[in-house]
Amino acid sequence: MSTVRKYLGLIVTIGVLLMLVAWPAITGKDITRETTFTILLSVALASSLNILLGYTGYVSFGHVVFFGLGGYVGFYLMSAQGMSLWISMLAGGVSAGVLAFLLGKAILRLRGGYFALATIGINEAMRAFINNFEPFGGPTGMTLNFSVYRDYGGAGQALWLSYYVLAALTFIVLIVSYLVRTSKFGLGLLAIREDEDAAEVMGVNAPNVKTWAYVLSAIIPGMLGVLFFFKNGSIEPAPAFRLHFSIEMIVMVMLGGQGTVLGPILGAYGYQSLRGFLLTSPIFKDIQLAVAGVLLLVIVLFVPAGVVGWLRQRVPVLRRALQ
Amino acid sequence: MQISFDLIIASLIDGLLLGFVYGIAAMGLTLIWGVMNVINLAHGPIIALGMFSLYFIFDLFGLNPYVALLLVAILGLLLGVLIYFVAVHRVIDAPHLSTLLATFSINMIIIGLGTAAFSASPRNVDFSLGSLSLGPVTLLGTRLVAAVLAVAVTGGLYLFLYRTRPGRYIRAVANNRDAAELMGVPSAQILALSFGLGTMLAAIAGGLIATFFPFTILAGGVYELKSFVIGVLGGLGNPVGALLGGLILGMLEGIIPAFMPTTWVPVLEFLLFVLILLVRPQGLFGARK
Repeated sequence: MSTVRKYLGLIVTIGVLLMLVAWPAITGKDITRETTFTILLSVALASSLNILLGYTGYVSFGHVVFFGLGGYVGFYLMSAQGMSLWISMLAGGVSAGVLAFLLGKAILRLRGGYFALATIGINEAMRAFINNFEPFGGPTGMTLNFSVYRDYGGAGQALWLSYYVLAALTFIVLIVSYLVRTSKFGLGLLAIREDEDAAEVMGVNAPNVKTWAYVLSAIIPGMLGVLFFFKNGSIEPAPAFRLHFSIEMIVMVMLGGQGTVLGPILGAYGYQSLRGFLLTSPIFKDIQLAVAGVLLLVIVLFVPAGVVGWLRQRVPVLRRALQ
Repeated sequence: MQISFDLIIASLIDGLLLGFVYGIAAMGLTLIWGVMNVINLAHGPIIALGMFSLYFIFDLFGLNPYVALLLVAILGLLLGVLIYFVAVHRVIDAPHLSTLLATFSINMIIIGLGTAAFSASPRNVDFSLGSLSLGPVTLLGTRLVAAVLAVAVTGGLYLFLYRTRPGRYIRAVANNRDAAELMGVPSAQILALSFGLGTMLAAIAGGLIATFFPFTILAGGVYELKSFVIGVLGGLGNPVGALLGGLILGMLEGIIPAFMPTTWVPVLEFLLFVLILLVRPQGLFGARK
């Protein structure tokens, strides 16, 4: 019983995610799978970002750069070098991690708004560079030969495969997120978020700890990029490095509750459901972006802790269950 | 490749003239940052609204674009004050993330409504002032006037900040808000006014750009990113630095295409941006932080 109590937060998180993942597998419908794919992708990206944004308090506005770069590296290996999805995903994750490590050493010195601006600049620089980089196809990007999917049991089967790989990655992100939050390393991150100078005085090696948080939050987005564009069949600079996508990730983290493990799941689910509803509703179809903007504003102004944070404040009984 | 000297001079001057307008846009961003430490992510859409307001005033009422610009400026000021009280005031002392997201939500609202209202097809202000030829260099009239107006606006802003009472209040609040409040400065109103001045500059820049380039509601995004680059170049919070930064960026945009494909310009711009953030976050001309 005490073990259950101790790990209740993790159990609730995993339980919520299992329900999400199982839904398309039970119905077996393609459309449910596609919807859930979008949601799971958002959950995994938002949870990765949360390690930096929620725990460490550094606002990475250009986090999509890892998704895009990983995607490009992996896609290049698959389309030009004929490597398997697995090796490519590994390469995508590693390249995103290495980029984060190098960047982290440099830009994590910047605080607050300066850091946010630098991440925007890096994403834009990378997009502009890839646009000119001929081996990656320049502005037209690259496409996968259809025969590639044959190794994975045909195109239809590859879609299901992508789905299950995504589900596995999402589980990994959430477990990592939980472990970070409950570890000494995570405590260091939270201390940096509250007051970086004080944290350093208390013995947190802030530059190192921040860099590793940045690397951790970059690896999975890099792998997801490969998976996403493998499923997509083609890659171009504009969708790979879309700044707006980056900001959507932040919105999801905020919506659910930054700095919590469960928050990004609820935030991603809520945001994508709302977006789906607005896009298909006859009244809001044309102004869906504006409606989403109003919602974001209301959250930022009145519920800055997000759904999970708000519940934790208001209903103390739930604190153990909602990590 | 043989590069003609005349061509470089021509594109250099062209870039320089554009640089004045970039400078005005960046000044709006940097003023808001300097006074209240807020990065206004709605900057781009407000520039685009400046373009559209000029277009409609010119098109519907047939006013001269430069008279219309005055109206655009007033609208920009009012919009900024409104945005401040609706979205920024409540979170002004919250962590950066809150103000970034609050202004970004305004960005989404403007873009969302703008796309629905104006569609995504490009508009064009059909207005020309002819051109002026000086030897090999041909200057477009609209760009010359835009540059002159940009300088005038900068001068006006300087006079306002240094010679009037509200201007002095703004500088006091930028320097130390708590101390200014103790001295009886109504800080909420002054912050709103500063935000309004920032968006006014953005709207003016948009109006000027509309006289020489076609645009859509999304057109402001490019200038928002340029404003970030310029603002950092000149030192965030430093209006005169923003104008100089604008000139530097304009010149770079004029010269670089003579040596390499135009598509490399943004790569260099953003690399420069990140580099300056790392090496000299106070900007090229800034001493004060």
